[in-house]
This record gives sequence, C-alpha cells and structure tokens, in this order.
Amino acid sequence: MGNLLRYRDDEAHEEPAVTLDAFLGQSTATAVRIESGEDARILLPYLDRLALVEVSFPKFRDGRGYSSGRILREAGYTGELRAQGDVLVDQIPLMRRCGFDSFAPEAPVDEAVLEASLARYDYHYQAAADAFVPVWKRRHG
Amino acid sequence: MYKYDEYDHSIVAARVEEFRDQVNRRLAGQITEDQFKPLRLMNGLYLQLHAYMLRVAVPYGTLDSRQMHMLAHIARKYDRGYGHFTTRQNLQYNWIKLEDAPDILAELATVEMHAIQTSGNCIRNISSDQFAGAAADELTDPRPWAELLRQWSTFHPEFSYLPRKFKICVIAAEEDRAAMRLHDIGIQIVEKDGQLGAAIYVGGGMGRTPMIAPLIKDFVPFDDFVSYLEACLRVYNRYGRRDNMYKARIKILIHELGADKYRAEVEEEFAAVKALGIDPPKAEFDRIAAYFAPPAYEADAPDTLDRSDPDFAVWLDQNVSAHKQPGYAVVTISLKPIGGIPGDATADQIDLMADLGQRYSFDELRVTHAQNIVLPHVRKADLYALWQQLREGELAEANLDLISDIIACPGLDYCSLANARSIPLAQKIATRFSDLGRQRELGELKLKISGCINACGHHHAGHIGILGVDRKGVENYQLSFGGSGAEDVSLGTITGPGFTEDGIVDAIEKATDLYLAQREDGERFLDTYRRLGMAPFKEAIYG
Amino acid sequence: MKLLTGNDLPTGDVTWWTGSGWSRHVEDAVDVGDQGEAIAHAEEGARRVNGPYVIDATATPEGPRPAHIKDRIRALGPTVRPDLTLKPADPNAGSWVI
Repeated sequence: MGNLLRYRDDEAHEEPAVTLDAFLGQSTATAVRIESGEDARILLPYLDRLALVEVSFPKFRDGRGYSSGRILREAGYTGELRAQGDVLVDQIPLMRRCGFDSFAPEAPVDEAVLEASLARYDYHYQAAADAFVPVWKRRHG
Repeated sequence: MYKYDEYDHSIVAARVEEFRDQVNRRLAGQITEDQFKPLRLMNGLYLQLHAYMLRVAVPYGTLDSRQMHMLAHIARKYDRGYGHFTTRQNLQYNWIKLEDAPDILAELATVEMHAIQTSGNCIRNISSDQFAGAAADELTDPRPWAELLRQWSTFHPEFSYLPRKFKICVIAAEEDRAAMRLHDIGIQIVEKDGQLGAAIYVGGGMGRTPMIAPLIKDFVPFDDFVSYLEACLRVYNRYGRRDNMYKARIKILIHELGADKYRAEVEEEFAAVKALGIDPPKAEFDRIAAYFAPPAYEADAPDTLDRSDPDFAVWLDQNVSAHKQPGYAVVTISLKPIGGIPGDATADQIDLMADLGQRYSFDELRVTHAQNIVLPHVRKADLYALWQQLREGELAEANLDLISDIIACPGLDYCSLANARSIPLAQKIATRFSDLGRQRELGELKLKISGCINACGHHHAGHIGILGVDRKGVENYQLSFGGSGAEDVSLGTITGPGFTEDGIVDAIEKATDLYLAQREDGERFLDTYRRLGMAPFKEAIYG
Repeated sequence: MKLLTGNDLPTGDVTWWTGSGWSRHVEDAVDVGDQGEAIAHAEEGARRVNGPYVIDATATPEGPRPAHIKDRIRALGPTVRPDLTLKPADPNAGSWVI
C-alpha cells in the first residue's frame, strides 16, 4: 500500500468513507466512497455536509473517475476529493486537474518523479477543475 | 496554416520532456510494460511486428515544406529511408527504436510537430477535407474549427482514459471528401440565420461493427461549440462500455441507448457544462482563422492550359481538381504507383514534394485520408513544370480515384494486429488493371483493403472493399461491394465466401467486367452496383 | 517444437530465445518445451525482452520454421520489402515466409 498523498492545508478527515448506498441510508456520514460506475451527481444534494469523497480507480485505464471528480468540483464541492486504487504517478497530474487533492495509491508512488511530473507543464489548453487559466484565456485576457 | 505561439511551443516542449522521462523510467524498470503502454500510445508509439512504429500527427492533414523536410530527415536518421502516409492523414515510421523516440519527438518539436494522441484511448488527430481552403463548394475553411478542437482535446485531463479511441472529423461542404459520417464525431460547419455553426453527427465508425453516425444536433453555434463537444465526450466517458474492448466505441453506446436518449443525456450534461465558461471567445477563433486566410493569389493568373502533351493531359484530367480561385488548381500527387506500396514515400520523394509545395503551392501540402498528397494552391501556369518534376520523382501516376488508387493498410507485413497481408494484394490488383486506358474506362472506383477487422484500410467504405482474414492459419480475403465514405455514405455488403489472394483478383475483374457490360449513362461502378444489387455480381463471381 | 519470441525492449528488434540469451535470428532459436512461460517471466522481469510469447514451430534443415505466417514475417521482415529483411540477398527468403 502506498502512502496517502495530500494537497490540502486542512487536517486529514478521520471518519472512514462509507459506500454510496450506506451514505444515502444515513444522515450523519461525512465521508463517502463512489465506485467507478456510480453516478457522482447523486451526491450533489449532500455536498455541504461532505468532508471527504473518495473516488475509486479500480484499474488505471478506467477513466470514469476523472468525470466524477470534475462533476463534484463543478457543482461546488470544496471538501477533500480523493483518488483511490490503481493510482499511478503518470495519471496523478491529470487527476489533479480534475479536482482531486488527495491520493491513496495501492502501490507506492515515487514522490520525486511525482513532483517533477506535477511541475512539468506551465500551461494547459483547456479549462478543467483546477486553478490553471486555460491558454485561450491568457491569449485574450 | 496555424503557427505556434509561446504557449503551443511550451506545451509541446513539456510533452517531449515528459515522454523522455517516461521512456527512461521504462528502460530502468521503474514502470512495467502494462503501465507504460498507454503512455507510449498517447505519444503515437506502437510495438509492431518488426520494431516500434511511430505515428506522427499531421493536424487535419496540413503541413508545410519545413515540416515535410523534417519528416524526410527523420526517415533517414532514425528509420529506413521512407514513411507511410495513413488513412487519418498522419505519417508512420515502421522501424523506430524506443530509445530514439524522445530525440525524434524533440526534433519534431523544432518544426511544430509532434506525435501527441495519435494512438491510445483518447481523442485522436482531428481530420478534415484535404481540399479545405481551395474547394469552390466549401462554405468556409473547416480547419480553424479543427485547430480549436485540436487544442481543446490535447491533454484533456478528463478524456485521456476513454473507453476507447475517439476520432473527430470536420468538414464544411456538402461533398464529403473526408468520410465525416464514419467518425466517432463528424462535424459539418453549416450556416443558420447568417451565423456559422456545427452540425454534429455522433456514433460513426468502421471496424468490427461499422456504423454511420446519426445527426445528434443540427446546429451548435460557435459560442456553445466546445461545451457541446465536452458534453458529448463526458457522456461517453461515463457510460461507454468498458467490459469488452470490441464494444467500447461510442457507436455502440449510441446504438444501445438510441440516438434520442444519447442526445438527451448530452443536452443535460451540456446545460451543466455551459455554465462553467469553458468556451473560448470568438476572438480566439478569429486569431486562429487568421492563419487560414487565403494565400496571396496572383490576380490575373492565366486560366488556360496547354494540353498538347498527351501524358500531361491525362494527368490533368485525373489528378488536377478545380480551385475556387481563377487561374489556380488543386493537385493530387498519387502515392499509388502501379506495383508500389500504397501511401509509402521515400525520404527523397518527401523532400521533393516539400520543395514542390514550397515552390508551387504557397508552401502548403495536405495528406489525404486516401493516402495521397495534395498541393492545394497551384497556378495553372505552373502545372506543366510541376508535372514534369513529379514524373522525375516517380510521383506522377495519373490514377486519382481510379481502381489502382487503392487505400491499403500496412497489413500483416508490418502490423501485429493484422490477419493477412494487404500490400501484396494491392500490388496484384494494380498490376492486373495497370493499363491506364482500361482504368479510365472503369472510371471512379474506390477500392480499399484492410488486413484485419480493425478496418484501418476503411474497407467498409470501399466501392470495392476487401477484408483479410485468417482462415485456419491461411490468409483469406472477403470481398464486399457498395460502400462509400462520401456524402452518399453507405457500408459495403459481403459478396459471399472468401477468396485466395489470386482468386480475389479474378473475382474483382469479373465484377468490373459485369459493370462495363451493364452500366448505364454516367454510372460509376458504385451506381451500377446500387441499381442492380448483389445478385448479378454474385452470379458473375461465383457462378 | 516450441519457440520463445519477443521484442528487444530498447530497440524493438524481434528476438528469439537461444537457450542462454536472445538472438535476432530464428535459426538460433531452441525448443523451450514446456519451459517457455517460466523463461518468459524471468526474462521480461529482467527487461532482457519485451512482450515474450511461445509459438509453435517445426524443425527443418534450415532451422526452426514458425508455424504461423505472422511469426515467419517477424522472423524475416516484410514480404514486400525484401531489401529490408534479414536476408536481402537470399532469393528464397520470400518463399520461406509464405
């Protein structure tokens, strides 16, 4: 199991993430986990009570979690958004752009390689769920 | 054509370094092949039968002489002196070493080229009409729209791990010269109430289950263009099948949901996405479009031609198309010499075409999805001199759209996915029909060969289509008729039992003989087939 | 007989297991019997080969001949470019493949 990688200033959330079904059945849970095939929009009415959403990436080729992450951020979710599973260093930069700010990889991640990867691109073409100003906006103010 | 600014340069340069790092980590064993494969595919690097193959992107098929010269240089320095132009307007090198790939990408970057997303489960090269900017029938030049999408799709963080590959095509004329309806998303730029916008077709494709893309939205204005496509892709990323590689394209999703349900999902997603402000402003479109302004045509370029050289006249009739500007013409250079390898060009030929493009076509060339090269803006007064130089370079085969202008994938001679060889068959067919008079008698006849069901040779869209199969370890070929990738789009129908390599050449000859005997005024082979149906052809071939 | 084949990781060259290492030439390939998977696993782990797999072949006076045309094409080179194959000067090379 790799280390938890976290890009937030606040304290790590203590409460474990419950399944989506369990979350919808409870009124008190503040952490939920969604599987790659589950609809992130189901969480939209509950965003202000959620402190942690964990999104599963069962195989790194399964890219559904990227959409889930962006959907949650676009809807205004500001809590911790964690990518869990087959999370590899070469995909983490893309996940960051989709709004993920913590990572629970199954296998250890080389943090020096990760740091270099995250810093590699000064510019991005398209708007996503991160703070990068897309290139078209830089061109036209 | 588009020129990079500092941002474009920075992004491509960063990619070069990123891939260099990934290659180094692979060679050092820090990542496995399974982890590395999607990364190298997203840089166009396949592991094929003999070596690695690198697919260089030629955005919407447009390039200049400097870029062509670089392609020739790379062929010499890193490959074996030639390249292969593909059915998606790109170029492939067949003998690449993994350890050289980062340096190759670095060299390509010096001339604003790359191999980004030419493979992998991501958005691929945006293709377009090879006559863009020159054809009289186009509403507008489609390429600024394609360039906008190229940037939008490059390293899109949400769409880098799609269920499967994603191919987009943009045209802007009623005549479809780019097989638009056979793409995952096909776009036709249209006009409504004085405004330009996009008609969006989603769910076309060839391969195992060929489908023609249905119309999903008849008009998307510029202001909504990127948002709408974002919504289309997001619905696919979320709901496209991931359980079965052969059912993972968006055409299957559309087929299973139905176009109406898919459209409804997209509209819902679009409503959410539109509010995010991800659409670039019109000023960005205008900035890009300025690069596609018409070249500085000579105002009174002579419109007449001296046809007294009969060989020149034949080439004129076959390979030269009308240009919207008086005094100018569009030239197609055939890369289908009789008995040669369809789509291949030597480094010397690539350099020659570069020089000719620079000298005679305002320094612009195009790659067509039929694996030929276009010089889009040639003065009629220069055609004869151009033709003479093409002849010296063995690039003057006058067979555009004739039976020997064969589209063929590399097939089992090169490709690890193939079931049968396609190139030797293409050579045999071209040789059988080598007489140019006979070819011209047969007229327009688009013959396409794929070496496997992945259909890179677009055989489903062939007037005559051939699919290579493996029949108990022996190569065998299925024949089909009646496909078309043009605006009269249709998918071919298999004739019946398959053939040996020699058998299928005979079968094709029987079919063309039948056509000649039965055709009515002005009918192409395709038209006669559509009128008569398969039965008489089946009788002629198997009877 | 069973041969073990793959590609060289840094160059992409087609390679054949010789019993002690990897050769570009199918004539050097040995019968791996039922050890192919085990050898493949070890060699790939050590990065001495990429994507190895076991194939059927018949022993002939000229050396092992892969059973499937695809592997014969891998062994020699593209049938349409004899000049680029491992045996450009051999007029019989093409018929060996086909």
